[in-house]
Amino acid sequence: MTTVSIPDVMRILPELILAGFAILVMLFEPFVPAGRKRVLGWIALLGVLVAGMAFTWAPPNAGMAFSGSIAADGFSYFFIFLFLTIAALALLGSINYLERDNIHHAEYYALILFSTVGMCFMAASAELIMIFLGLEISSLSTYVLAGFRRHDPRSNESAMKYFLLGSFATAFFLYGIAFVYGLTGTTNLVDLAADLAQPGKWSTLTRAALILMFVGLAFKVSTVPFQIWTPDVYQGAPAPVTAFLSTGPKAAAFAVLVRIFLGLAGPSGPAAFWVIWISAALTMTVGNFAALLQKNVKRMLAYSAIAHAGYVLVGLAAAMASGSTEGASAVLFYLAAYAFMNVGAFLLIAHLAGPGEGRTEISDFTGLGRAAPGAAACLTVFMLSLSGIPSTAGFFAKFYVFRASVHAGLIGLTIIAVLNSVVSVYYYLNLVVTMYMREGEPQAARTPMPLPLYSAIAASLFAIFYLGLYPNHFLLLSTLSSKPLP
Amino acid sequence: MVAEVTFFILSALALGSAVMVITRRNPVHSALWLIVTLFSVGGVFLILRAPFLFAVQIILYVGGIMVLIIFVIMLVSVDVSGRQQQFSRQWLVGLTTVLILAAELGYALYRGSKGFLLARSAPAAALENNTQAIGTALYQNYMLPVEIASILLLVAMVGAVLMAKRKME
Repeated sequence: MTTVSIPDVMRILPELILAGFAILVMLFEPFVPAGRKRVLGWIALLGVLVAGMAFTWAPPNAGMAFSGSIAADGFSYFFIFLFLTIAALALLGSINYLERDNIHHAEYYALILFSTVGMCFMAASAELIMIFLGLEISSLSTYVLAGFRRHDPRSNESAMKYFLLGSFATAFFLYGIAFVYGLTGTTNLVDLAADLAQPGKWSTLTRAALILMFVGLAFKVSTVPFQIWTPDVYQGAPAPVTAFLSTGPKAAAFAVLVRIFLGLAGPSGPAAFWVIWISAALTMTVGNFAALLQKNVKRMLAYSAIAHAGYVLVGLAAAMASGSTEGASAVLFYLAAYAFMNVGAFLLIAHLAGPGEGRTEISDFTGLGRAAPGAAACLTVFMLSLSGIPSTAGFFAKFYVFRASVHAGLIGLTIIAVLNSVVSVYYYLNLVVTMYMREGEPQAARTPMPLPLYSAIAASLFAIFYLGLYPNHFLLLSTLSSKPLP
Repeated sequence: MVAEVTFFILSALALGSAVMVITRRNPVHSALWLIVTLFSVGGVFLILRAPFLFAVQIILYVGGIMVLIIFVIMLVSVDVSGRQQQFSRQWLVGLTTVLILAAELGYALYRGSKGFLLARSAPAAALENNTQAIGTALYQNYMLPVEIASILLLVAMVGAVLMAKRKME
C-alpha cells in the first residue's frame, strides 16, 4: 500500500508551487483594476522565485518519488533551475511589452507558469507517461502563447502552424511510447533500461519505437528535417514568447533526449548514434546557411536557433559515442549558456521593434549604434555570444561541445561544426555592422528601456560574461548534474 | 461456445451498423447507428472480460454521441446535407489506406502471436477483478500522472477559451 509521503511531495515542490501561483494569478485578475495589471506579472514572478527558493532552502533527498514516476536527481535540479531562470527572465521582459501592445491578460502569466510546470515534469520524470504529460502541458501553453497577439494575422498563423505540426509531432512521440509499452510491458525508464539491457531485446520494432520518440522530440528542438515550422512560428509569436519558446521547451526536450538516449539506447547498436550524428550535421548546416539569407531579425534568430540545436546534438552524439560524462555535461552547459543569450536577444528585440512589433527587419536597425548606444551595445554582446566569440558564454559552450566530440573521436562531425560556426559569424556580425557602420536613421524604437526589461537584460549580460570568463564553476555544476538517475 | 456465438453476433452487429453509419444520408441517423456500433464493441469488451473498458465505452463514447447529435443538429443543416455528394473525392486514397491496413493485419495474423517480440499477455487468472486492479494502478502507481493530467486539462480549457473568445475587454 503506497501512500503519498512528505519526501515524495518535496521532490515535486517547485512544480506544485508554480501551478499554485498560476491558478492564483488567474483568480486574482478580476480584483485587479484594468490599469494595474502589472501586479499580476509580479505575482507570477514571485511564484517563480518562491519555487526556486523552496528548492534551495529545503533540497529534497535525491531519489525516486511517486512509485518511480519522478526521478529527483542532480540532472532534474539543473534543468528545473534553468527553467525557472528562463521563466523569470521572460516574465520580466513581458510586463511592459504586454502593456505597450495592449494585450495585458492574466492568462499570459499563468500560461508561462504552466508551461514551466510542464517543462519541469519533462526533465524530472523517469516515466514515459509523465514525460508525455509534461510535454503536452508545456506545448499546449506555448501554442496559445504564440497566438497571444490575437489581432495580428502573423501571430494567428504562428499559433496555428505550431499547434497543427506540434500535435502531429506529439502523436509520433506517443506512438513511440505505445510501441515501447507493447514490446516491454513497461513505461518506466528504470525498468525499461533493465529490460532493454538483456541480450536479444533489441529488434527492428524496438529501434522503430526509439526513432518515433526521437521524431517527436526532434520537432520540439527543431532539428532538420523537422524544422520547417520554426521560422514562421518564431517570427509570428510575440517576441518575449519567442524568447521563452526558443529556450525553455527546447531545453526540456533535450533533457528528455538525454535521459532516453543515454539511459536506454546504449545496447541498441550504432543505429541510434548515427541518427543523432546525421541530424546534428544536417541541422547545423541547414540552420546556418538559411540564416545567411534572412532579412528579418526574428527569422534570422529562428534559423540560428535551429543551428544551435545542431551543436547541442553534437554534444549528445559525443556523449553516446564515448559514454563519459563529458558530452552530457557539455550539452547541459550549452543549453544554459544558449538560454541566456537567446532570451536576452529576443527580449531586447521585443523592445526595439516598437509598438505592434512593426520594425523587425534588419534594415530597421541601421544606425542604432549612435541613436541608442546602450541597447545597441547589449544586442552586440548577445550576437557575439551567439557566434561564440571568446570571453562570452557562447565561446565556452561551443568549446566544451567540440572538445567532447574530439575526445569521443568524432573528428568529422567536429570539423563540420567548426566550419558551421565560422559561417554563423557572418550573419551575427551583419546585424552589428548594420547597427554601427551603416549610415541612416534607425527605424527601431528609441524609447528608454523600462526597468523590468532592463533588469532582465542586465541579468542575461551578467550570466553571459560570468560563464564566458569563469566557466569552471558552472562546468563543474553541469558535470555533477550530467548523470541522470536511471 | 456461448461466448464465441455472442462474439460473432456482436461483431456482425458492429460491422453492419458501422456500414450504416457511413451510408446514411441523414447525419442524425448516422449518429444513432454509431451508438449501436459502440454498444456492440462494448459487448465485445465484456466477452473479453474487460468490464472496465465496457463501462468506459458506454459512458464516454455513447455519452459523447449525444453531444455529437446536438452539435450536428446545431451546426449542420440536415436538408442541405441530404442533397450533398455522399462520398468525398479522396476515395482512392481511402481505398489504398484500407488495403494497406488490411495487408498489415493479414500479415500479423499470418505470423501469429509468436511472430513478434511482444510482451507476454497476462494469464487468465489475473483477469479476475481487473477493474479493481486498474483502480489500484491508477490511484497508486500512476497517481501522479492522473493528478497532473488535471493541469493539462486546465491549460487546454484556459487556452481554448482564450483563443475562441470573441473580444477581450
